[in-house]
Amino acid sequence: MSAVIRATGLQKSYGGNRVVDGLDLSIHRGECFGLLGPNGAGKTTTLRMLLGLIAPDAGTAMLLDLPVPQAAREARIRVGVVPQMDNLDPDFTVAENLLVYGRYFGMQDSEIEARIPSLLEFASLTSKRDAKVPTLSGGMKRRLTLARALVNDPDVIFLDEPTTGLDPQARHLIWQRLRELTQQGKTLLLTTHFMDEAERLCHRLGVMDNGKLISQGTPRELIEQNIEPQVVEVFGETSGQWANEHAAKFAQRFEVSGESVFCYVQNAQPLVAHLQAQNELRYLHRPANLEDVFLKLTGREMRD
Amino acid sequence: MSTQYFALPRLSLRFFPIWRRHWLVWKKIAAPSILGHLADPVIYMLGLGYGLGSLLPEMGGMSYMAFLAAGTVCYSTMNSASFEALYSGFARMHEQRTWEAILNTPVSLDDVVLSEILWAATKSLMSGTAVLAVIWILGLSNSLMSLWMIPLALLIGLAFAAIGLIMTALAPAYDFFMYYFTLVITPMMLLCGVFFPVTQLPESMQLVAGALPLTHAIDLARPLMSGAVPPQALTHIAVLLAYALVSFYVSLVLFRRRLSR
Repeated sequence: MSAVIRATGLQKSYGGNRVVDGLDLSIHRGECFGLLGPNGAGKTTTLRMLLGLIAPDAGTAMLLDLPVPQAAREARIRVGVVPQMDNLDPDFTVAENLLVYGRYFGMQDSEIEARIPSLLEFASLTSKRDAKVPTLSGGMKRRLTLARALVNDPDVIFLDEPTTGLDPQARHLIWQRLRELTQQGKTLLLTTHFMDEAERLCHRLGVMDNGKLISQGTPRELIEQNIEPQVVEVFGETSGQWANEHAAKFAQRFEVSGESVFCYVQNAQPLVAHLQAQNELRYLHRPANLEDVFLKLTGREMRD
Repeated sequence: MSTQYFALPRLSLRFFPIWRRHWLVWKKIAAPSILGHLADPVIYMLGLGYGLGSLLPEMGGMSYMAFLAAGTVCYSTMNSASFEALYSGFARMHEQRTWEAILNTPVSLDDVVLSEILWAATKSLMSGTAVLAVIWILGLSNSLMSLWMIPLALLIGLAFAAIGLIMTALAPAYDFFMYYFTLVITPMMLLCGVFFPVTQLPESMQLVAGALPLTHAIDLARPLMSGAVPPQALTHIAVLLAYALVSFYVSLVLFRRRLSR
């Protein structure tokens, strides 16, 4: 498979602080790749370098077989971007936002006008065609931003935290649309904090921390490679004491976080049987998920 | 500072869709905008022109009102480019993130900055022409030479837009612009010959005034308004052009640095 986005040894420092530190990445055509990482891990800086908006201090980046930032202008003709922060034009209507944005790609007005109805339909905004941007809800704005990123019918779409701040209904609609885009064969590169989003949408994931890609693979591979298959969460006022006395007998690995104990085990049956006899403790037994992987790889402490 | 910030501007016609965006926004607020361009300068001109003009027999060989008219076109032109480049430019760069949206397309920062300068100069052209129209209607200038004021308004706009964008590139927030208006724009309005001839100033202050762009604008405007060819016209044009080009380059370097994060 040919790589649509390829980075080799990408490096970027700001004021002596290495934000991206030797990143290698290869994303194939038609793939949805998710970049996970805590705040400040270097995700947005990575996206900006791959788009050719900033020059790396070292390393190379190729976007659609063109070197960036050198040929960023040519490459971006076939790229769409959904930014982290809303930057729609507040003075314009929904349709005007699409028209004005299409012009930046050198498209003719007639060409853009012909695309607007299908873009509005895709974004479920047909009835809002002439509404001004400030009157739209957060979910509608996000969908308009997505429609705007598609105005030039791009091959690759960059999405920086596409569903942050949205309610569940709005998130599900965005997810559905993003799946449709991958079905159409478009390549998606997205960053997110939401593990369920990553697990649902992405074919492959990369976990970033301190500017490095510390693990990558399919969601299932990440779980299999990094963590025990079963998790038992133990809650209660005496959970800390219980952890000191008993946890090590049952769990290969456990972590105490406040009044919760996270036990990572190959086989949960002995632990569950033990916990059923502990009246003052509650517990939750579940399969390991991406969030467990994420917390194991990047730690539990706050980043900002 | 990295050397790539200092590359010469790479210009392309891709600035034009951005200019059209600004135009489309402006069309939605055209009526209050035109009123804003006109009210302040015309009230100044009429108030001072009638009020002071009745006490002064003449100034610079013409009625005080006619003297003021040339200065008024120039300073209103300076103001509209400055406000556009500073406040509106900052809103588009920082607050609304319009630039960020544009820069994700095949448009470069060089194109964006060029479009800001040309748009602010367009605002100058509009406000200068509007004030000029009032002057013609009032009969304060009836020479065909005064038509040259229209391209001059554009040139003044280019110079002040470019200078203003340097401030925008440096500004942490809107408050910062008070320094520029208080320390640069207002002194120019008072020292560069809008209300009285620069020759009335002490010699040292005349030297300062001679270096300021508004002085050169007014040295061109006043003869044109009364139907004469301005002395040393090429020098004045060259000074204004130099301000525009050098400031464009400096602002571009500063924007490249600012937006490289």
